Amino acid sequence: MNKVVSGADEAIRDITDGMTLMLGGFGLCGLPENCIAALVKKGVKQLTCISNNAGVDDFGIGLMLKQRQVKKMISSYVGENAEFERQLLSGELEVELIPQGTLATRCMAAGYGMPAIFTPAGIGTEVAEGKEVRNFNGKDYLMEMAFNADFAIVKAWKGDTMGNLVYRSTARNFNPVMAMAGKVTIAEVEELVQPGKLDPDHIHTPGIYVHRVFKGANYEKRIEHATVRSKQ
Amino acid sequence: MLDKQGIAKRIAKEIKDGYYVNLGIGIPTLVANYIPDTMDVVLQSENGLLGMGPFPFEGEEDPDTINAGKQTITMLPGSAIFDSAMSFGMIRAKKVNLTILGAMEVSENGDIANWKIPGKMVKGMGGAMDLVASAENIIVAMQHVNKAGESKLLPQCTLPLTGVHCVKKIVTELGVFDVLPEGGFRLIERAPGVSVEEIKQATAGKLIIEGDVPEIIL
Repeated sequence: MNKVVSGADEAIRDITDGMTLMLGGFGLCGLPENCIAALVKKGVKQLTCISNNAGVDDFGIGLMLKQRQVKKMISSYVGENAEFERQLLSGELEVELIPQGTLATRCMAAGYGMPAIFTPAGIGTEVAEGKEVRNFNGKDYLMEMAFNADFAIVKAWKGDTMGNLVYRSTARNFNPVMAMAGKVTIAEVEELVQPGKLDPDHIHTPGIYVHRVFKGANYEKRIEHATVRSKQ
Repeated sequence: MLDKQGIAKRIAKEIKDGYYVNLGIGIPTLVANYIPDTMDVVLQSENGLLGMGPFPFEGEEDPDTINAGKQTITMLPGSAIFDSAMSFGMIRAKKVNLTILGAMEVSENGDIANWKIPGKMVKGMGGAMDLVASAENIIVAMQHVNKAGESKLLPQCTLPLTGVHCVKKIVTELGVFDVLPEGGFRLIERAPGVSVEEIKQATAGKLIIEGDVPEIIL
């Protein structure tokens, strides 16, 4: 069960034009930086990207947007990216904005083998347009379908060669639910260890969900809004 | 009239001992500064944290530890980290006692719009639609009028909705309003130095005033 690949280039070798990708992270936190760089270098196009945010102009998915590699974004919040907003308002980029919890839960449903979920988020709004509504116990819920992604690309703190993953702090965010949801899941990790080095009780993503794992390099971990208090 | 800090301070009085609270971006974030130390309150950040603490000291920022506004934060003792699906699971399951968020418009029947201005601004709804669809106790913190001087307390929202029949209370720089189940904004407190007449002028939706309305005590 050795899932180790040499690096990002090998991990994404069979990602081709027109595919649907899930990318973990929230804002710039917990992003698969190495795989994004490799996708930019490879230049694959017409991608559909499922990711909570679209990065900023010069980091994260923003780098792929700048190269016009993205045909469609499925996200919940894209307010931090001027190039994104420009492409969206000019109609160059197709965008599906969906509630954050719906996004996470549609990933979860895919990983749990469930075709759909019911959520009240979006009832009475344009998010509900064209979707089936069911009433349970007097309250309306939207039926939202599980995602179907060719690849899920996630970032973990530690992983072992069998693909078991552990995340750190709020860099966990969407990574575990996306890791469960890809037809092929790629995990880049800060620290790659031998089986037995991670406590089985502390594994967040069991290796069965992960197909390729590698140790990433040169993590920038850019901070979007550095907020501090003074020591007084 | 209240400033942003004043709005935050007034909203903090709605928080009760033992509450789990989700604070939105903007004025709601400031509310954390006014929760009394004597109270046991846990802040939920929907990117996956319970137990959000203050901003870190300079030089101690951790890029892996941020809040829903993507600001660097700290974690208090007893914090818990979880994934995004569980985060919204606890919101949907009504485990979070109070949600405080900003708005562009609120209607007299409790509808809220805060995520999109067609053709102009498209940032997305983030977690707001999930929060307003499930939370039982929603307070909106916002300015009473927009930059063009138009009332944000309306008979009906004009912008795309975030949720329907969900807002229970509004705190603006002019006053505190209950949104009644049968419709209407009931003025329950005036900001210091603000007259009922001024509030009437700034409110486009149905305003309900019963008897003498006291001033806010901060």
